[in-house]
Amino acid sequence: MISYGHHRYPGQLFVVEGTDGSGKSTQLALLHQWLKAEGYPVFFSEWNSSPLVKDTTRRAKKRRLFTPTTFSLLHATDFADRTERNIIPPLKAGAIVLADRYIYTAFARDVARGCDRAWVRETYKFAVKPTVAFFFRAPLDVAIERIASARPNLKFYEAGMDMDWSDDEEESFKIFQGKILDEYDHMVNEFGLTAIDATQSIRVQQRQMREIVGRHLKEKMKEKVLLPK
Amino acid sequence: MKEMKFYGTAIPGLDIEPYSGKLIVIEGTDGVGRSTHVALLRTWLESSGQAVLDTGMTRSVLAGRGIKNARAGHTLGRLTMQLYYATDFADRLENQMLPALRAGFVVLTDRYIYSAIARAVVRGADPEWVRRIYGMALVPDAVFYLRVRSTEELAGRVLASGRGFDYWESGMDLGLGDDYYDSFIAYQKLLLREFDRMKGEYGFHEIDASRTVRRVAADLRRSVARAIDDESTALPHVREKSKTEPEEDDAIKPAIKTGSDKAKAG
Repeated sequence: MISYGHHRYPGQLFVVEGTDGSGKSTQLALLHQWLKAEGYPVFFSEWNSSPLVKDTTRRAKKRRLFTPTTFSLLHATDFADRTERNIIPPLKAGAIVLADRYIYTAFARDVARGCDRAWVRETYKFAVKPTVAFFFRAPLDVAIERIASARPNLKFYEAGMDMDWSDDEEESFKIFQGKILDEYDHMVNEFGLTAIDATQSIRVQQRQMREIVGRHLKEKMKEKVLLPK
Repeated sequence: MKEMKFYGTAIPGLDIEPYSGKLIVIEGTDGVGRSTHVALLRTWLESSGQAVLDTGMTRSVLAGRGIKNARAGHTLGRLTMQLYYATDFADRLENQMLPALRAGFVVLTDRYIYSAIARAVVRGADPEWVRRIYGMALVPDAVFYLRVRSTEELAGRVLASGRGFDYWESGMDLGLGDDYYDSFIAYQKLLLREFDRMKGEYGFHEIDASRTVRRVAADLRRSVARAIDDESTALPHVREKSKTEPEEDDAIKPAIKTGSDKAKAG
């Protein structure tokens, strides 16, 4: 069966999760630089990046075609393509895979939109279990403040406007992010997420991240992919 | 009116109210004549005054085009394919089938979740996993399973249709045979085995599709009439035929064509 679960591939999978504005992408980019400089083979994969699904997602967002169920399933489709194309093969080849957002993003968002918790988890059962899943936790007001300054115009689905929680975009976004944060908090124990306090300075967070990732790295990973046969 | 019943977890945010339409599924492997019979049934139902919506795989507004493009590229992975089809199904269920059923339409669907399950399982997916994803599906009023006696017969029909063998219908992604023909036969055999397994589980009404189109059509009309008629008596065809009426086989007489083509109710 195609269900990866605890993989036995030689590579390692590190993922970052957190609400919008938690700073997770910045942290992952810094980690990426470091691993490359150290000589490890690294492969980067991000949410919503499947070439087979991208156009469909873009069109659906523009024309507002999604319901919570189809939003969930199309993102699962995208994630499946990422898994089959960008996650399993590099792991088999012994590389380090870095993923910006993973299944927990779907669990948080889709459940916040009203999808059944067990159903969403079942849908993603084929996913590979990460070596470490970092959860960058920023309190709601901090995250919203960061988003507001960086992206003044919220998009329809990003703000959860499809859910009719509020007519006001900013208000709707806050409600949505609050629900998402609740879901993440529940998942820390359920999936053993490694929580990082995202209110600390970028350097402090990166040091913590590197310390944890470093424990899983082995010198031989560098050779495995880089040495000519 | 009938209560909505789902196989598993219903779609969130759905009004689970009784509905007055009928959901009729035509299932079966590739080349078995499903689309021909859906078209015949539609004409016949409309001529007897029923509003009909017909739908089928990859016909969703949301994902239909994306799936077709992905299939054309032949780079669709096994899991990705299953989930793309599930997205297409969910979109059609929420935006086409359920609104039409609430509005009292007969919904005729060319394939339902069973084809999707069969294809996924043949490709190594966990049968429980696929079934749970499709737990959102409404339990249909009737499922007619068109079955031919041999897969070689299917190959003949696919050729006769003029379309020839298709990459995915031949299961070429599975590497089952050296060429399209061998692969088609091997793949359709696997599918047939899955369909036969599901027959009892989902209560398929099997129809022998190796007979002439007319006989199969007559058989389907009788069975569909029965499925539709359990409360309403709108269909004249269900009554015992009198001596002056023509043979059932000749009964494809579109009387009044109702304008239900634009059946995007709701």
